[in-house]
Amino acid sequence: MTTLTKNKITESFLEAAHLTKAENLVALQQKGIDFLKNEGLPAQKAEEYKFTHLSKKLEANISNFGAASKASLNAEQVKAELIADLDAHLLVFNNGQLDLELSSFSEDNYTLKSFADLSAEEAQKIGTIAKVEKDPFAALNTTSFEQGTYIHIAKGKVVEKPFQVLYFNQANGGQVISPRIYIDAEANTEATFIEKIISLDEAAYFLNSVTEVKVSDNSHLHYYKIQNESTSAIEVNNFVTDIHRDATFSAFTLSLQGDMIRNNLSLNLLDSGCEGNMYGLYLLDGNSHVDNHTNVDHTMPHADSNELYKGILGDKSRGVFNGKIFVRQDAQKTNAFQQNNNILLSDDAIINTKPQLEIWADDVKCSHGCTTGQLDDEALFYLQARGIGKEEARGLLLYAFAGEILDHIKIEAFKEYCISLVQERLGNL
Amino acid sequence: MLSIKNLHASIEGTPILKGINLEIKPGEVHAIMGPNGSGKSTLASVLAGREEYEVTEGEVTFNGKDLLDLNPEDRAREGVFLAFQYPVEIPGVSTTNFLRTAVNQVREYRGQEQLDAVKFLSLMKEKMKLVEIDQKLMSRALNEGFSGGEKKRNEIFQMAMLEPTLSILDETDSGLDIDALRIVSNGVNQLKSPDNATIVVTHYQRLLDYIVPDFVHVLYKGRIVKSGSKELALDLEEKGYDWIKEDVDGASV
Ligand SMILES: Nc1ncnc2c1ncn2[C@@H]1O[C@H](COP(=O)(O)OP(=O)(O)OP(=O)(O)O)[C@@H](O)[C@H]1O
Ligand SMILES: [Mg+2]
Repeated sequence: MTTLTKNKITESFLEAAHLTKAENLVALQQKGIDFLKNEGLPAQKAEEYKFTHLSKKLEANISNFGAASKASLNAEQVKAELIADLDAHLLVFNNGQLDLELSSFSEDNYTLKSFADLSAEEAQKIGTIAKVEKDPFAALNTTSFEQGTYIHIAKGKVVEKPFQVLYFNQANGGQVISPRIYIDAEANTEATFIEKIISLDEAAYFLNSVTEVKVSDNSHLHYYKIQNESTSAIEVNNFVTDIHRDATFSAFTLSLQGDMIRNNLSLNLLDSGCEGNMYGLYLLDGNSHVDNHTNVDHTMPHADSNELYKGILGDKSRGVFNGKIFVRQDAQKTNAFQQNNNILLSDDAIINTKPQLEIWADDVKCSHGCTTGQLDDEALFYLQARGIGKEEARGLLLYAFAGEILDHIKIEAFKEYCISLVQERLGNL
Repeated sequence: MLSIKNLHASIEGTPILKGINLEIKPGEVHAIMGPNGSGKSTLASVLAGREEYEVTEGEVTFNGKDLLDLNPEDRAREGVFLAFQYPVEIPGVSTTNFLRTAVNQVREYRGQEQLDAVKFLSLMKEKMKLVEIDQKLMSRALNEGFSGGEKKRNEIFQMAMLEPTLSILDETDSGLDIDALRIVSNGVNQLKSPDNATIVVTHYQRLLDYIVPDFVHVLYKGRIVKSGSKELALDLEEKGYDWIKEDVDGASV
């Protein structure tokens, strides 16, 4: 490949890009390559990546742009990461590839297969929700992923147990990890996914994932994600869902640590009666940088979206929140709610928060707001004046702030797990 | 019990308290009155340990200890209680949860055993009767969306739970109708004992019909400019503060 590309880093990625063996995905991959050649990865001034300079970060920390080979990983390590008391279908990903030996699931009410085994019809679906041209990192994933995983839930099926999805990551030879998931939930289905992203060591890797989810008519999906990685993890998640008539989709993202994490979460509300919920909590210390870019697209009348993100930032950490709500002309009677609240605990912590509303319909209810402040001194004094120690009082107040997000977790065992993670973090912030 | 000597305090460099002297013995009730902005709440806050106020001169001893040397939580644990003029709303923290933490931390400091959930609830029930506070408020976030009267009642309820030896009630009566006033005063009176003392900050002599003070002090421009018996409150009710202001302002010219 000698074609001139926009920037050097894009070229490095393209040179190393893995060429998929599955024939029915070659055309899609080519689309990714063409897009990247024309557009390149975001430059410093790119509006969408203005506060999160990923190209620069990657240039400084990634030297081997090839795919990370399978890491050494055993059942003990997997066991250590399992969420206590959670009865689940366990999917273990080793550097982005599903590890069938370490996974443990029974395909009741759903089927799971590798992209290599997709029918022509199924393969057609890949890349139709997370479109290459929407985001350069989605395009990059499209050029780089090896084997994707396709989960299919047939019409009317309810997957009772949640999926517990563990992503183990480690630079190994190459530093680039490109998981690719497609969830195809047909009409009247239900499923819950709980995802945990784990670093196997402290070396820098670049995790660039794409998850596409189709939530068909009257289906209900919950997707939970925990990001608690090493301080050198660089990560972009492209998560896109198409939500159809009367369907609901809820996303929950808890971010605790990483060098630079960017979450692109897009909800396409494609029909009436559907609902999209986005909850996020980021509790950061050190130099962690977490950027949540969300996008909800109301296209038809009578759909609702709710979004609540909260952050507590200590040390030199940085948070970015950008919430886009797009209400198209046909989307009358839309209810869209968005809120982002932040507490800064140190003078060096930074938050950039920006709601972006674009409303073309005239009969809608949209509200948005953001706040950034310090811990409330008056509240702190009030608690102390009742005999509660300062540290304890601080913990109570911070937990009260964060707890509102945790209340949206529907799975008890997972909620307990998140509470313990949050309390531990707040104790050290 | 409490001895305040020549107390000076300022906020952001502005002196507010300019030499307060006050002696309080166990069993006594002291009323502090005075025009708006004279420094009553400042005095209460300084005693409770609010950090924004800087003590520039003077000393305060409480049961032989240097009160100013203690952080706010230890003052509370030693037995100082401030009923806030404006109780703070704290979303996300339930009243019950908050009180249980407070009671147990205070008990730990005093070397008393921790209360388990059952014992705590029965103590709560007992004290709730005292101020006729609605059970429903207990599971709600602390003071959040409480009416003015509910907030004031909640302050006295907390006082009952924490069993202080010195209670400072900062305008706990303001904004209460006569029924609520009776309930709140009744609660305060039931908690009174020969071993504890009360400071009531108020604008209204009405309260002093229910909580009868042994002494009444007038605070003006950061100083106690007049002290007397409960009859002084009646005089103030009738004549206002102008005569006192004239006395003070005239004397300093
Ligand atoms: N945080 C603050 N910053 C600056 N000035 C303050 C602050 N708090 C109080 N003051 C000033 O200190 C003075 C005394 O206020 P304080 O609240 O103690 O009065 P008060 O006697 O309690 O009045 P009121 O009867 O209205 O409650 C006032 O002039 C007030 O403006
Ligand atoms: Mg006052």
